Amino acid sequence: MNFIKASVQRYQLGSLLLLVLLLAVVLPLSLDIFRLNLVGKYLTYAFVAVGLVMVWGYGGVLSLGQGVFFGIGGYAMAMFLKLEASDPITTKIQSTPGIPDFMDWNQITELPALWLPFKSLPLSLALVVLAPMALAWLVSFAMFKRRVGGVYFAIITQAVALICTVLIIGQQGYTGGVNGMTDLKTLLGWDTRTDSAKYVLYYVCVGLLVLSILLCRWVQTSKLGTLLLAMRDKEDRVRFSGYDVSNFKVFTFCLAAGLSGIGGAMFALQVGFMSPSFVGIVPSIEMVIFCAVGGRMSLVGAVYGALLVNAGKTLFSESFPDLWLFLMAALFIGVTMAFPMGLAGVWEEKIRPWWKSRRQALREAAVKPPATPAPIAPAATPPEPTLTEPTLPDGVGSQRA
Amino acid sequence: MTLSDMMNIGLMQGFAGLSLFAVLLLMGLGLAIIFGQMGVINMAHGEFMTIGAYSIYLAARVTESLAPAFMPYYFPIAIALAFVFAFITGWIVEWVLIRHLYRRPLDTLLATWGVSLGLQQIFRTFIGPKEVSPTLPEWLMGSWTPHEGLDIPINGLFVLALTALVTSGVLVALHKSRWGLRVRATVANRTMANATGIDTMKTDRLTFAIGCGIAGVAGAAFTTIGSTGPTSGSLYIVDAFLVVTFGGAASLFGTVVSAFGIAQTQSISEFFMTGSMAKVLTLSLIVLILMMRPQGLFAVKVRR
Repeated sequence: MNFIKASVQRYQLGSLLLLVLLLAVVLPLSLDIFRLNLVGKYLTYAFVAVGLVMVWGYGGVLSLGQGVFFGIGGYAMAMFLKLEASDPITTKIQSTPGIPDFMDWNQITELPALWLPFKSLPLSLALVVLAPMALAWLVSFAMFKRRVGGVYFAIITQAVALICTVLIIGQQGYTGGVNGMTDLKTLLGWDTRTDSAKYVLYYVCVGLLVLSILLCRWVQTSKLGTLLLAMRDKEDRVRFSGYDVSNFKVFTFCLAAGLSGIGGAMFALQVGFMSPSFVGIVPSIEMVIFCAVGGRMSLVGAVYGALLVNAGKTLFSESFPDLWLFLMAALFIGVTMAFPMGLAGVWEEKIRPWWKSRRQALREAAVKPPATPAPIAPAATPPEPTLTEPTLPDGVGSQRA
Repeated sequence: MTLSDMMNIGLMQGFAGLSLFAVLLLMGLGLAIIFGQMGVINMAHGEFMTIGAYSIYLAARVTESLAPAFMPYYFPIAIALAFVFAFITGWIVEWVLIRHLYRRPLDTLLATWGVSLGLQQIFRTFIGPKEVSPTLPEWLMGSWTPHEGLDIPINGLFVLALTALVTSGVLVALHKSRWGLRVRATVANRTMANATGIDTMKTDRLTFAIGCGIAGVAGAAFTTIGSTGPTSGSLYIVDAFLVVTFGGAASLFGTVVSAFGIAQTQSISEFFMTGSMAKVLTLSLIVLILMMRPQGLFAVKVRR
C-alpha cells in the first residue's frame, strides 16, 4: 500500500489519472464522433508538446523544428497508407497502375526506391519512430558536441524546418507536393473512416499518449532527469563533474523526435491526410506554444495546453476568424511575459496554495474555538508534500530559458 | 552563340546574384544590429519590413490623389517615412515588451513571434488581405542597356545603391558616432558601460528602434521588386537570421560577406537546377557549415 502511494507521488500519477479520466471517459461520453475525432487530432500535437517539455523544459534547449519530426512520422505512416490505397485495381485508369496518383500526374512510371520500405507495415511503423530519431541525431549530435545551444540551436532547427518544407513541396513527384498525401482510406483492409474505427483510433491515441507520458515521467525521475535539470541550470558544473553533457542532450532530443513521429503517424491515421503545412516553421512554433501554455515543466500540462489552444483555434476560426490571430499573439506574449510556467505554474503557485490555506483555515476553525489566536501564518508557506521528495524537480531552481 | 552573348548572359546572371545579395544584406542589416549587437531575437523583423513596404504604398496613394505632379519625387521621402514608421513601432515594442525579456532570449523569440502574428492581423484588418504594390515613379521602371543584348533592370540597380548607402551609413554610425560608441560599449561590457555613465537602457531602446527602422527601409526597397501582402515579411525571416548567423553574429562585416556568399551560391545553383532545389542546396550548405563552425564565418572574440 505504501509502495503504491509512494510511486503515485513519485510519478505524479494523480494528475495523470485525472487526465486519463477526462480523455477516456468524459470526452467520449460528452462529444459526438466528429468532435471526438478533432480531440484526437489535437492529442497528436500533444505528443510533440510532451516531447518539448523534455527538450525545452528539462533540457533547456528550444527546438523550433519539431514539426519536421511530426511530419516525418506522419509521412512515413501516410506513405504506407497511400501505397495501400493505390493498389492496381483502384488505380487502373492511370497510365501506370499501382503507384500513387500524384506520381502518375508527374510522369513517374515506377515506384521510387525511397518508397519501397513502406510496402510493409512493420517496417513503416518502425520508421515512424526511427526516421525522426535518426534525423534528430544527425542534427543535434554535431551541434551539441560543439556546444551550440540556446538561440543558435533554435535558428538552425528552424532552418531545417524550412529546408524540409521546400524539399517536400519541390519534389512533387515523390511527396505529393503542396497537397500532400490525400485519400488515405484503409489500414490492412480495415476502413479507418468509419465511426467505429475513429473510436478505436482515438483510444489507441490516448493509450499511446499516456504511455509516452509515463515514459517521460520515468526518465524525469531517474538520474537522467536530475542531470538534465542540472545541465539546464549550470551546464559547466555538470561537465566538470565528469559527465558527457552532449550525449544526454542528444538522447533527450531524439526521444522528443521519436514521440513527435508517433504523433504524426496518429495524425495521418485519424485525419486521413498529411501535407507539408504541418512541417514548416509556423506549425513548429505553434507546437512550442502548446507546450508553453500548458507549462514547459509539466507533461500533463502540455497535453492540456495542446487541447486548449487547438480547441480555441477551432472555435475562433469557426466563428471569429479575424480575432484568432490576435488571440494567438496575446497568448504568445502573455505566456512569456506573465506566466512563464504556463497553466501548470498557475496551478502550482496560485491555486494549490490558496486551496490548501483555505482547507487549513476551515480545519482550524472546526477544531479550535475561534477565541484562540490565529495560527502562525500557515497560508504563507504551505508545506508542499511533493517537494519533500528530493528527486522531484517541480519548482526546483529558477527557470532559465 | 557568340562570345559576347555568353558574356552578356554571364553578366546578367552575375547581376541577378548581386541584386539577391543586396536584398539579403538589406534584410540582414537591421537584424545584425538587433540580434548581433544586442542578442535579441526579433522574429517580428519581417513585419517591420512590411511596415516599411506599406508606408511606401500609402505614400504613393496619398501623392497620387493629392499631388499627382509630385509623383516622380515622392519615393525618397517615402523611404524616410518608412524608416520613421518602423522606428516608432520598434521603439514602442521595445518599451512594452523587449526590455522585460533581455535575460530570457528564448522567451523573447516567442514573444516577438506573437508580435509578428499581431502585426500581420493588423495589416490584414486595416489594409486588406490582398497583395498591393505602389505606383512607382517613371525613373524606376525599365532597364538600362549599356550595349546590345545586355539588360540591367533599374530597380535592381536602385536597390543595390540603397543597400550600399545604408550599409556604409550603419558602419560609419557604429564606428564613428556617439551612439555607435555607446552601443559597442554596452555590447562589450554592460555593467562597466553603466558605470561610466552610459544609459544602457536608453541605448538598447535606440538600438532596437534603429534596427527596426533599417528593416523598414529594406521593406521600402522591396516594393520596387515585388508586391506586399500581410504575410510577405515572414517569408524572409529565416533567410535573414541565417545571413546574420552565418556571418558571425556580432560582426557586421561578416553579415556583408555571408549575404554575398549565400546570394551567389543561390543564383549560380539556380542556373543548374530548379529554384526550390537551389534553395534547399544553399540552406543545407549553410546549416552544415554552421554545424561545423557554429560561431559563423567571422567570429568576434567574446568572453563567455
